[in-house]
Formats: sequence, structure tokens, C-alpha cells
Amino acid sequence: MVNSSNRQVTNILVVGIGGQGVMTASEVIAQTALRAGYDVKKTEVAGMAQRGGVVTSHVRFGKRVLSPAIPSGEADLLVAFEPAEALRWCGELRPEGVAMVNSEPQAPPVVSFGLYDYPEDPIGQIRERGITVHAFAAGKIARELGNFRLVNTVMLGAISPYLEFSAEVMREVILERFRERKPKLVELNEAAFAAGLERGHG
Amino acid sequence: MEQKSALKPLFISGNAAIARGAWEAGCRVAAAYPGTPSTEILEYTSRYPEIYSEWSMNEKVSLEVAIGASLAGSRAFCAMKHVGLNVASDALMSQTLIGVGGGLVIVVADDVGLSSSQNEQDSRFWGRFAHVPVLEPCDAQESFSMMVSAFTLSETFNTPVILRLTTRICHVKGVVQPQRDSYPQFAIEGGFVKDVKQKVMTPAHAKFRIPWMFEREEQLRIYSEGCDLNRQVGGEDRRVGFIASGPTVLHVMESFPDAPILQLGLTYPPPLERIRQFAELVDQLVVTEEVEPLLETEIKAAGIAVIGKALLPRQGELAPQVLRRALAPLFGQAEADLPAAGVNAMQEQRVDLPKIGSSAELFPRPPTMCVACPHLGIYYCLSHIRNKTISGDIGCYTLGTGEPWNALDTCICMGASMGVALGLDKGRTESDQNKKVIAVIGDSTFMHMGMQGLLDITYNRGNVTVLLLDNRAVGMTGGQDNPASGRDIHGEPALQIDFRKLCEALGVRSERIVEVNPYELPTLFKALREETKQPEPSVIITNQPCVLVDHYGPKPPLEVIDAKCTGCGNCLDVGCPAISVVRRETVMKPNGQEKQLAFVTIDTQACTGCDLCPGTCAPDAIVPMEGVSRG
Repeated sequence: MVNSSNRQVTNILVVGIGGQGVMTASEVIAQTALRAGYDVKKTEVAGMAQRGGVVTSHVRFGKRVLSPAIPSGEADLLVAFEPAEALRWCGELRPEGVAMVNSEPQAPPVVSFGLYDYPEDPIGQIRERGITVHAFAAGKIARELGNFRLVNTVMLGAISPYLEFSAEVMREVILERFRERKPKLVELNEAAFAAGLERGHG
Repeated sequence: MEQKSALKPLFISGNAAIARGAWEAGCRVAAAYPGTPSTEILEYTSRYPEIYSEWSMNEKVSLEVAIGASLAGSRAFCAMKHVGLNVASDALMSQTLIGVGGGLVIVVADDVGLSSSQNEQDSRFWGRFAHVPVLEPCDAQESFSMMVSAFTLSETFNTPVILRLTTRICHVKGVVQPQRDSYPQFAIEGGFVKDVKQKVMTPAHAKFRIPWMFEREEQLRIYSEGCDLNRQVGGEDRRVGFIASGPTVLHVMESFPDAPILQLGLTYPPPLERIRQFAELVDQLVVTEEVEPLLETEIKAAGIAVIGKALLPRQGELAPQVLRRALAPLFGQAEADLPAAGVNAMQEQRVDLPKIGSSAELFPRPPTMCVACPHLGIYYCLSHIRNKTISGDIGCYTLGTGEPWNALDTCICMGASMGVALGLDKGRTESDQNKKVIAVIGDSTFMHMGMQGLLDITYNRGNVTVLLLDNRAVGMTGGQDNPASGRDIHGEPALQIDFRKLCEALGVRSERIVEVNPYELPTLFKALREETKQPEPSVIITNQPCVLVDHYGPKPPLEVIDAKCTGCGNCLDVGCPAISVVRRETVMKPNGQEKQLAFVTIDTQACTGCDLCPGTCAPDAIVPMEGVSRG
């Protein structure tokens, strides 16, 4: 569990790049927390997000949530869809917080133009700060299942053991979304969630 | 019929809560021009069939539509981002003298934190300027309830009401308790009432309305002192008390749970006597407001001691970590005792504060143009043209300022590319005699405020080449429909404007209007070369749709044949995010100079086969992906 019972609010910071499904992932976490009976706030810095920029979404749940923004240094769980973004945001975690990271790097165009370097071993750098990191190639699993867009369901499966509600509730929230909108994708998402859950346990 | 608490709570954003509030209040007309962070308000409103909703051409028109509907006896509102109210302000400054029929609400969303705007201005000034009340909800629930109250307030005091949001309200989802499950029929009896002394603002009429307006403001001042939109909340630790408004209310509660707070929902006119009484209860009084010291100035002018921007930043959000650090001295804490902030993540929220903790030097990840965006070819060409000045405008294409194109030289406000280009032409000095002056504007921005500028260019014989990037949508805000898409806010068929005819009507000679496919680089180069040579106004119109709209048709992807790639890096100049470097090499040229080579790959899952980059590849290394038919 990423939250201890003496704290009233659980803070989850989801980060990634526009187009990776960060907003959908945070929406699923929020809906799951609502279903579990919590007060929830979810904020998103969207704006130009669909254009390859950094996307962050704050999800806070508990008995009563006040500010929608996670105070710096108080995130319980960092869900990062890209390792350099995990490094960028890892300072938002509590000392005992956990980072769940898709280990597949995605360099922005400014790196291709030769203006910046991609950081050396971002995951190692996060570990050096004493943070517990679980990193795995979620993107690869998604592509092997046939669609890179499944990466957010894989990541959700991976974090589900770290949340205080059962993985089954989150799985149901995800599958319901697809039953309503894209029934053809229900089975694929079921597989993606299961694959993530397996990696999350490890 | 009220059905309190029987209805299921909703988990919705501030923007959706505004739409719900309008519906529950029986609002009949809603108008807006898209703009972050307010865009979704009208998208949600348009889903209520009882409300007439429209995308207006600009914010001034949206306010005028709402004014007309209000005078006709219906409740009406318009929604806009902060800079939109600058555009609409001309209408506002007269409307305040007229008053309303049905309730009239102006929803304005300030982009505090600059998520997607050219400036960060405080729209609450307009309340003072126009002598109209300003409401500031602190979250989605209050956005909903204040939207309902705003219509009543408007009718009670015969005034337009400004409901002011910020990005952290518009784009935050929370639990909202709806109050009704059916749309109430609401209309002022008798409809439009003819009264020229009230509704025709000539000097003879207006001079009698000004004292009336001041009297209304006085009544609102009295109301503000007693109304329950302003209320005391929080704890009992009286060392520091807060006057808080908007999202800062919750940030203060989060940061200082034991502090007493006078929460202001109706922030203009401010309840100064209540603030005076509250000040007496606490040792020190702090006012938190985003972003300018408006309440602070007014509280100080009333002779009440208060701390505000002396400690708090005058830019960006007053998020908990900002408040805690800035106000630590008041609670006898040293700043160093507070938790350190992130790597370089929350910089935007820590303006004016020193960087904290160790900082990993990370690349920035600015927004990019989309894979296969029709603007890419334009900027590839513009970046290869010499001796030019390019005035830009507001939209996705503002991104052309950045790498690798570095193509734009100015960006001011909606439509400014036209007038600025004319000024660059007329004001040119000896050193710029041969410079080409080019203006770049999108279809939506052109219709918003660019058309008048083009008429100014033609009327005044300007020598400007206009690039009208028609991607058939309001791209930056998510691809909303407009007269270029030929569909209305509901996606139903509507007028589709003919830009060639429009430009002709605005005085551009027919032979100086060229339509091009922006994916055909040689055609683009030719058009640019020819039109910039002409000593008269010309317009180059691009004709391919935004890749984000539903009807965009992707083609099978392209790939790079590694054996053929010479590492020249030309394709990188297109700036497509699907192209990335896999390997760099440094080679020695025959003349002894070093040359950097960059070998590339294409993300075939992202590529939509637009065929732009093959045109930049001399060795023909970019080809359709093997095994994928291009039927």
C-alpha cells in the first residue's frame, strides 16, 4: 500500500507525454476511488498536451480532499509513462513514495535536433535518490498485444497492487469504459491489465 | 421542482459544472469562441438540447449574442478565456449602462500558470472597470452553484455578472451535487421591452445611466456585506487569518488547516466591513488572490492592515507549496524546514522563489506540432527562405517559432499578424528595403479578427504576402468546428466559407490568391517565391485538414531504409515528431572540416504516411513500409 492509514489523503501523480493516455489513466484511478467511496479531485495540466508536451495529472482521494494540487514532496505514487519524465517528477514523491515507470525512453524532437542530450540511465538516477522504483517495458507489452495505446491499461494493472482498493475494482472500471465506448477492445484491455498486474507484483 | 440530494452526485470538471449550472438555471442561449482553459464549457453546454449553443466568430460577438438574448427575455451566458474579455470589453462597457432582461453571465477563465496563453492577466479588473459584480468559485461544486446564483444576482441587480474561473477550476474534476433533474422553463414575461433611453447608448441617454450604474454598485456593496457567498470557514488558530478567493481558498485550507478564513465568493464589490471585523479576530491578516493585488489594494485603502504580495508571488498559482514557503515566517517557521520541491517540475508554480534541492538537468519537452501536421511543410519552406520578416499569430502554428524552424518573428494577439505585417512594411527602414514581409494566420484566427487586418492591407496598398493556413478547424483547442469546417457546434452541416472569394471581397486581386496543398513542397516553394516578389498584397491558402479531426484519413506509414540513409539530417528540418535520430557520426569532409551526421528512423506506429519527408530525402531512403499496401 502506498498510503498509510494515518494520512487522510492519498496522492497519485501520473506523468507522461501528450498522446500516451495519461488523462485516461488518471480518470480510471479517480473513478475507482469514487467507487470505493472516497472524495476525489483530479487535476490535469492539459492545454497543449495533445501536442507531444509534458502531461501531468494529479489524483487525490480520501475522506475529504481540499486543494486539487498535490503539494510538492507529498505524492505517494508516481506513475510515469516515460523514464526521463519519471526523473523530472520524482522529487514530488514523499521519501517513502513509490515510482512505477514504463522503462521505454521516448526522446523529444529537441534531442533529435541535437540541442539536448537524453539523460543517462534515468531510472538509476531515481534509485540513487533513495526512491523505490518499479520499472518495466510497459510499452513493449502493449505493442506485443498489438496496440501501443494499451500502455495505460498495462500501467494501471501494474499499480493496482499498490492501491488500497482491490485490483478487481479498477479492472472493472476499465472494462466498463470499453464496453460502453469500444466493445471490440475489451478483451485486449483485459489482457493488458493482467500483464501489468503480473509485472506490478514483481 | 427541487430534488435535493436525491440525485446521484456527478464527478465533473469546473467547465462541465458551469454548463450544468446554466442548464439547471433555465439558461436558453450560450455562445463562446474556443480558448484554453474555457473551451469545454460550450462543448458541454451544447449537449443540452434545451439550450441554444453556438461557436461565435470571436468573444465580442459571443457577448453581443448573449446581450441580445438577455434583452429578449432569456437567461444567457457567454464563455471565454481571459484575453477574450479584452476583445469583448467594448460591448461590456456599454452593456453595464443598459442592464439586463433575462440574467446575463459572462464566464471568464484566467489562465493562471500560463498553460496555453500569451499572457497571464487578471480579469477581475473588468469588474472594477465596468462596475459589475465578480463571482469567484473555488472548485467545481461552487462553479455549479454560483452559476445558478449568478443568473438570479444578474436579474435582482439588473447587471451583467462576471463569473471568474482559473485553469485549476476549469480543468479540475470534483464531486458535484446536482439539484434538478429537469430543465426549468424560464423567461422574462413580455419578452423584449422597447425603451430607447435604456437600450440606445447615445450621449444623451448614457449620461443618465451612469449615476444609475453607480447606485447599482452601491446596492451591490451593501449586498456583499451580508450575502452568504462570503463566509467565514476554517479553524481557530488566530495567529494568522486569511481573506481568500478562488482556488486559493482550498490551497490555504490544505496548507494551514487551523487558520480562520474569510472565504470570498462575491469578490467585487468586496465586503470591507466584514473584512474589518474579521481582521479584529486575528493577529495578522493575509489576503490570497490570483494574481494581482486587487482585494489587497482595496482592503488597504479601507485602512485595514493586510499582508499580500509583499510575501506572495504576483505571478502563477498560489499552490500549497508556494503558500507554505512564502508564509512560513508568519508562523515562526524557517523556510529550510519545509519539504524540498521537485527536480525541475513545478517551476511554474514557484516563480519568484529560489530553486530548491538538487536539480537534474533535463531537456525541456515543449509541445510539438503533430505527426503529419499540414503546417510542417509550410514551416519547412519558410525556414529555407532568406531575407524575410514573418509576423505570426495565435494557434498551433505559433509553434513554428520553435525548433527546428525558427520561422516566426512576432506573435501578439488574435489577428495581429495582419496589422503587424502592414506596419512592418510601412515602417521599414533603409536596411530592410528588400525584406519580404510575410504574415502567417490560421483559418479560425483569420475569421476571429484577421479579416479586418487584411482589408487594412489591401485598402492601404500594403506589400504583404499572407499565408492563410486553412486546416478546417480551431486546431489548438482540440479541433472545434467553425465556418472553415462547414459544420456547427453540434457537428451538423453549416455554411462553409470560401476563403478565395472572401479574400477577393476583401480586395486581394484574384491572380494574387493561390491555393496550395501544403504537403507538396515544390509547389509551396514556387508559390512563396512568386508571391513574395509581387509588390502588392497576395494570399497563399493551404487546403489540407488538421490531423486531429475525425475525418482525417491516415495512410500506411513510411519507413527508413537504413542502408540508403546518408545521415544528412534534412528530414529532421521538417520537424515531424515521428522522425528521430538513432545514431550520430562525425566524419571528415575532403576540405578537412568536420561534419555531423544524424541517421534517422520513423516511428511507424505514429506515422500517417503524409509523404512530406520523402520530399526532403535526396537518396530516397524514406519509402512506404514494406508489406503495407497503399491503396
